[in-house]
Amino acid sequence: MDDISFEVLQGEIFSFLGPNGAGKSTTINLLTTLMKVQKGEAIVAGHNVATDSRSVRRSIGIVFQNEVLDRDLTVRETLEFHGMIYQIPREKRREIIEDLLEIVDLGSKRNVRTKYLSGGMKRRLEIARGLMTRPKILFLDEPTIGLDPQTRLKIWEHIREINDSGTTIFLTTHYMDEADNLSDRIAIIDNGKIIVTETPDNLKQSLGRDVIRINTGDNRAATSLLENNSRDLSISRSDDGITLITEKDGSSVLPSILNLLNGAGIDLLNVDVKKPTLDEVFVHYTGREIRDEPTDKVQPRPRPHRRR
Amino acid sequence: MKTEFWPVFWKEMIKFFRFKSLFFTTLVQPALWMAFFGTAMSSNFDRLNVLYSIPSGVGQVGYLTFMGAGVIAMTALFTSLYGGMTLIYDKNFGLMKEMIASPMQRSQIILGLGLSGITKGFIQAIIIMVFGTLFLGVDFFSQQNLPGIVCSVLGILLFVGTFSLGFIFLSSGIALRLETHEGMQGIMTVLSMPLFFVSNALYPADAFPAVLKALSVINPLTYLVNGIRYFAIGNDFYALGKHYIYTTEIVSWSYAALLIFTLCTFVFAMDSINNVSVT
Repeated sequence: MDDISFEVLQGEIFSFLGPNGAGKSTTINLLTTLMKVQKGEAIVAGHNVATDSRSVRRSIGIVFQNEVLDRDLTVRETLEFHGMIYQIPREKRREIIEDLLEIVDLGSKRNVRTKYLSGGMKRRLEIARGLMTRPKILFLDEPTIGLDPQTRLKIWEHIREINDSGTTIFLTTHYMDEADNLSDRIAIIDNGKIIVTETPDNLKQSLGRDVIRINTGDNRAATSLLENNSRDLSISRSDDGITLITEKDGSSVLPSILNLLNGAGIDLLNVDVKKPTLDEVFVHYTGREIRDEPTDKVQPRPRPHRRR
Repeated sequence: MKTEFWPVFWKEMIKFFRFKSLFFTTLVQPALWMAFFGTAMSSNFDRLNVLYSIPSGVGQVGYLTFMGAGVIAMTALFTSLYGGMTLIYDKNFGLMKEMIASPMQRSQIILGLGLSGITKGFIQAIIIMVFGTLFLGVDFFSQQNLPGIVCSVLGILLFVGTFSLGFIFLSSGIALRLETHEGMQGIMTVLSMPLFFVSNALYPADAFPAVLKALSVINPLTYLVNGIRYFAIGNDFYALGKHYIYTTEIVSWSYAALLIFTLCTFVFAMDSINNVSVT
């Protein structure tokens, strides 16, 4: 991490959005006391990470990026164990476990060993575990990585519910839609640096009013033509076509663009006008797209036969 | 917070009893040693006994009884030596992060695992004693009355517990410094063979060549076997052509040796857990 500084407000959902390797997990490791801060200072829930790590640990819950479940324990035992290491008394532990199993819809699975759960159930169990200690802040490192769309929606719902009940959420993700849907504020992070921190709406509005995507027979010629003739457009060309961000209403700008191309004899293949999304915002700020490259973290991990 | 290690112990014991086949094989293995190796060898050794003149007033002990003590020691050795293996999984699959990110102190992981090692060692030792004396003709505690037997069993458990703790600390310390399960397996195999054979578990160590004899003196297993034989068989008996006399000094020194060993491995394990990187 390269000289970063940020503040998360109590009760909000704050996201770190960036590609793999941007430094998101490192930040979580630092804030959750798993790694030592080399330089600078971090205060989590009012406690200094370096000098008061035990108090920090008591105030937070963590859901790690990789699956961290003992496959030979049942759902209930997994939560029991977590409650025990945080020294929650037995009666209270039972009570919290029942509540949480209800919240994440795993009541019927309480006596099933974790190795028999689906990916989404495992994730929900991990989220429930992160909430066992009733933390002030819940850290979620890539909470929906490798999950199918329906399961993701369900997990987002749980995250919102948890936030509504007063828990501050610090989330890292490399999914645009996840950051957009969940966050109160987003920090775009790239190469260990925070590039911008804003609400999703402000981020999108900061780009301009509309995004026009066009694809022509000769994108190179079209780009230079538009660059020479339009002042109110920000233009970028990629393999998929040309992206124009307008300052005025997109549909009123479009006819003049079409005329321009027509006059130069450039064939227009397709046109699309829409509001800016976080994808464009991200490209705008970092100069590149997030490619959702397959990482081995998503794949099921091989587990050799246990023996002891 | 003195009970912080409890969850670690609790989890280990759940898994120990959960895997019925694993639990069963750890108990069957010593029985097989006694049933096959023991009975086969005892028919040979007991035939040779006529060659020795036994001093009057000293009891002659059959081979099965002699080696029964060694089998208890062997089982404690193997179980605790592999006991640290679970830490490699915990480390490689991130489970240790859950504990290290909690307010629980790292050292408690080692203590919990140590307690589970002692418990497993106790369960196995008791089952071998019961099974051996009832079904295989192992002649333990023969001259003793009931209170005497209870004291002897407690004495054996004291030795087995200290020894198991020492080896589970050693095994944990090694596991925390390794990356792979295969590496651990290799080291355990290399360690377990000499430990087992260069000791007095299966035969007297006195007739060993000088090098092996020196090794047997620094082998903790030798001291465990001394303790078990003292409590299970007696302080003065004759076996395999050797007159065994266990004085109080010998037994006390044997226990002290185990304690020293366990303290050393404790320091090693603590150093390992405090330096382990989990991210």
